[in-house]
Amino acid sequence: MSAQAPLAPAPAQGTAPAATFEPVIIGFTCNWCSYRAADLAGTARTKYPPNVRLIRLMCSGRLDPTFVLKAYAEGADAVLVTGCHPGECHYIEQNYKALRRFRLLQRTIEALGIEPARLQLVWASAAEGVRLANEIARVTEEVRALGPLNWPAGNMVDLDAFNLDAAWEATGGDAGGPPAAPDGANPEHAAVAR
Amino acid sequence: MSPTAKSSGAAKAAPEAVPAAAKAAAGPAAAAKANAKPKLAIFGAASCGGCDIAIVNIHEHIVDVAAAFDIVLWPTIMDGKYADIEAMADGEITITLVSGSMRTDETVHLARLLRRKSKFMVAFGSCASEGCIPGLANLSSRKQIIDTAFSTTSTDNPDGIRPVWEYQAPEGVLHLPEFEPMLRTLDQVVDVDYTIPGCPPESKQIWAVLEAVVKALNGTGPLPPKGAVLGAGESTVCDECARKRDVKKIDRFVRIQQVAQFDPEICLLEQGLPCNGPATRDGCGALCPAVGAPCIGCYGAADGVVDYGARLISAYASVVEAQKPDEIDKVLDGIVDPAGQFYRFSLAGSLLRSSKAAWNTDGEK
Repeated sequence: MSAQAPLAPAPAQGTAPAATFEPVIIGFTCNWCSYRAADLAGTARTKYPPNVRLIRLMCSGRLDPTFVLKAYAEGADAVLVTGCHPGECHYIEQNYKALRRFRLLQRTIEALGIEPARLQLVWASAAEGVRLANEIARVTEEVRALGPLNWPAGNMVDLDAFNLDAAWEATGGDAGGPPAAPDGANPEHAAVAR
Repeated sequence: MSPTAKSSGAAKAAPEAVPAAAKAAAGPAAAAKANAKPKLAIFGAASCGGCDIAIVNIHEHIVDVAAAFDIVLWPTIMDGKYADIEAMADGEITITLVSGSMRTDETVHLARLLRRKSKFMVAFGSCASEGCIPGLANLSSRKQIIDTAFSTTSTDNPDGIRPVWEYQAPEGVLHLPEFEPMLRTLDQVVDVDYTIPGCPPESKQIWAVLEAVVKALNGTGPLPPKGAVLGAGESTVCDECARKRDVKKIDRFVRIQQVAQFDPEICLLEQGLPCNGPATRDGCGALCPAVGAPCIGCYGAADGVVDYGARLISAYASVVEAQKPDEIDKVLDGIVDPAGQFYRFSLAGSLLRSSKAAWNTDGEK
């Protein structure tokens, strides 16, 4: 994320040419299935978008929701969680736990204004390299259409290094500036122009 | 400083019969004695005042506090001037307790000032350490907050007046503390040495901490390491809770008003009541679950928890029994307000710190 104007969101989605936006997607994979699926895709020379950065976990059940929130806070546009198909977990039933965490986390991020499509769950067995590649391509295009997330939280610590007023104006600010003096008010008591 | 302490000391030392010369002699001595005491400042920032009440609730020990410290600032309780703080040397105040969150540029300025003048800065209570209830304002933009405060149906404001931070009056420019776009915790603004959690911290814990501080200052006790959480445990509320836990599987979430009577012995979470105990730091004595109310998380994140809400999401997802997506959704529908449930006290201090609405004001008129 750039250092200037942390409060200013990215240019409105309409103004930036969509083609130039390359989403950053953090992908969590399970050691026993989806990581091997990604491996298989590589061995088979199946192409998938480089937007996804894969991180291997031992199991999708290892996915702490903290990882997902940290990804958003530090600049990821989306998070893709992958794991074994229901009933095929190496650790018996931990992927069900992952599913429940995913559903609850998705509701929570939605309440915080993050589009649910920025958190996706895909099941992929070790044999499904092509399927995983296709899913990664689909998620990438969905996130590309959503535009950048640009979560400013990581920069908020240094908020004071920035001009708050300028940042506030850049976010749209109070439309039309401070309200006009109400009728009957002393015209000399005009608010200072900001 | 502390004219109160000095004058009361002088009154004790100098009965009416004592000659003026003796009074004059007692004056500097009393002042020197007062100066020798470590200085204590207690500052509210954006808070409700409950923390101050919790401090006073240490009852007669408050006299010990006054005896051990020279209280230089405590706006809720006594007079004290910011100008006196500004006139102090850097590091002159031994310990400052800040009990509120950073909401306006004024609170930010004072937090910085007190940081500079203090050896130890303590985030006292939930507001200072993680945002607390005022931090829920980070679910809305500044404009939404101000519109709600000044133009809802219950507000008589026909002219739609809004606060301005600078105002040209005939006598000169008037300044109001500016409402910042987002509420911040103390450690997001200044370096914090210690944290005392709780909304408010339990009075017996406050006294324990103050006692330990006095000992450390006397050299008779250890000084806690920087960054320590004081006046609380290292585990979770569940560890302090006397309720029985066994099944660890639930098939529904309920709201407290939907059930006439909960079992008084069994874990509330196992009875389907969303209880924040599994993620919340102990130290309160598990007071709420003891009387049948779920823990709402006022003691903040337990040791090692990075994001309070994430830990709680994990805990809840682990106890839900359903495995099919539609069954899971049916159970999760019981948590009607996920952001409020998981971040009631900790939104401003969480990884995301706010909702998108707080900073993305695209298209807002």
